[in-house]
Amino acid sequence: MFASISLALGAIFNLMGSGHYIHWGFVQISVANLLVIVLMVVTFFAAILIPFRHKSGGKS
Amino acid sequence: MSKNRRFNPDRDVNPWKGAYRPYDIAKEVTVCFIVVALLVIVLSALFGSPDVKSVTLKSWSNADRVDFATTAIAELDGTSGTATYGAPYNNVAGSGQKVGPVSLVNLMGVHIPVNPSADFVINPLTTVTGQPALSKALATFKAASPAQQAKWEKAYEDAVAKAKVVNNTLVVPAGPYGPVGVLIGELTSMATSGALDTSIINSSGFYSTDYTKSLLFVADSGYLANKGAAEHLSGDQWGMMNGTANYPGQPWLWLYTLWYQVPPFSTSWSANADALVWAFMMVLTALLFFVPLIPGLRSIPRWSRIYRLIWRDYYKGRV
Amino acid sequence: MTTTHDAPPAYEPLPEDADLWTAKIRRKLVRALPPDRMVPDRQPAYLSSWIYIFGALTMSALAVVIITGTLLALEGPAWWHLSTVGLFVNSLHLWSVELFFFFMVIHLWGKFFMAAWRGNRTLTWMTGVITFMASIGAGLTGYLSQTNFESQWIATQAKDGINAIGAGAFFNVLNFGQMLMWHIMILPLAVVALTVLHILLVRTKGIVPPFEIASPEGGAHADATAETAGGEG
Repeated sequence: MFASISLALGAIFNLMGSGHYIHWGFVQISVANLLVIVLMVVTFFAAILIPFRHKSGGKS
Repeated sequence: MSKNRRFNPDRDVNPWKGAYRPYDIAKEVTVCFIVVALLVIVLSALFGSPDVKSVTLKSWSNADRVDFATTAIAELDGTSGTATYGAPYNNVAGSGQKVGPVSLVNLMGVHIPVNPSADFVINPLTTVTGQPALSKALATFKAASPAQQAKWEKAYEDAVAKAKVVNNTLVVPAGPYGPVGVLIGELTSMATSGALDTSIINSSGFYSTDYTKSLLFVADSGYLANKGAAEHLSGDQWGMMNGTANYPGQPWLWLYTLWYQVPPFSTSWSANADALVWAFMMVLTALLFFVPLIPGLRSIPRWSRIYRLIWRDYYKGRV
Repeated sequence: MTTTHDAPPAYEPLPEDADLWTAKIRRKLVRALPPDRMVPDRQPAYLSSWIYIFGALTMSALAVVIITGTLLALEGPAWWHLSTVGLFVNSLHLWSVELFFFFMVIHLWGKFFMAAWRGNRTLTWMTGVITFMASIGAGLTGYLSQTNFESQWIATQAKDGINAIGAGAFFNVLNFGQMLMWHIMILPLAVVALTVLHILLVRTKGIVPPFEIASPEGGAHADATAETAGGEG
């Protein structure tokens, strides 16, 4: 049983190839890190912009 | 309520006397946990995690015998990175990074004694038995005066710069380096066989979980530095932030590694870069810690007006 | 929120016991954090934004970090090199840490832009910052415990910074045994203790109310009057 689970546990995407980097002036950042930072900023603004509706819908 | 002082909107707020509504904290925490756990499982199944095998003295020396021998002679003659490091490993005049006039590392002194010529070269070689040529070379070397040893070491340094590897054997041009040629040659053989790894880690006993000596030895090599640079992990490549290959690393270290890339930390202050960057980051961290008490800094939220988005339901009278 | 009873609440000590340390501590604790504030079922109506869940998301990620770390501890630090199940558990641990920092930093941004330290909530902010720093330490020692090339690299690089501030004499990143013990015991205890303190402070002080702004005509924020004509510029 563990063997078949183990087979499925291998990563689907192989991130082990040579890393991709973006150079911009003195800044060097990996695509992966840039993606994480962009996602964080997007998530932050999504969190404060997406309407938050609760069950009691506005009554006090 | 505030005490007898002016109301400061960046420091004070009046207690809420408005409406409340039902809130299921247990449900929120449970749902958050389940969502996060599922997200972790999905990310792990999609991307896994990296595992690049360790460098050993064996793998290093087999990959580059000349680099190993070059590093080994530097350890013996006291010119390697570790030998010239200073505190906390050894006493070296003029060493130790400073912030202004203060060298914290020197104040702490030598707490983790490492003597490279003994720990990395002579002592491991001394454990080898059944090699009369090696034993003789060791005896000759130990009996010689420091001045004589230095002459031999310098001669070997010059010779190893022209060394080659022929049939997996280190071949160093002849020179007036006395017993040092045998010493470094035998050390290289010990390394390529794996015996040197074991000898160094076991030097403090059967059970050792302290890899200080082995790591310092390997870190003195060009081999490890090149491997790191190939993975974009070097200090001047924003390496502190980076992960292996295409994995995300530690993006939260961006501000810490940034200073290493810019003058004057990267130029005129580079000899003390670590101490100065750490000191600077401690100041910035203190600023973050004390934000609530710092006028101006604590006004940024109000000036930025981002709160208008966060509390827009409240401001529009919808709560 | 509390209603009066004819008899004193059950947690109030008998008069003859009022001098006991236990009684004094209990009274102090329950007055600071009565049950309905410790485990609330109501919240102020201005809590109307998704940004407010990031504290809970951070805590959830921390819980997964600890659970997966415990699973790794069951088999020891070399397990994940030798077993596919171990490798998967290591991946769970790695990604839960990434999410932990992801959510924590967004939580920090949210709290900063809310100026959540207002109204005597300075200590809440400060415990948050210290927890962040302790978490970075936990992450560093975790990387050092991987027993692979990354551990070697990070150890030999980080030693320079740590030595430079004098901490290298007693915090030796090249000492795997020491780093592992800091990682699985000392720092998790610190992070959890700080998180608990942080949350208790949030519960005792309540969630910070919004900035008051000058009401437009008909605006409904007459919840409290500022002592001066405060408001924002």
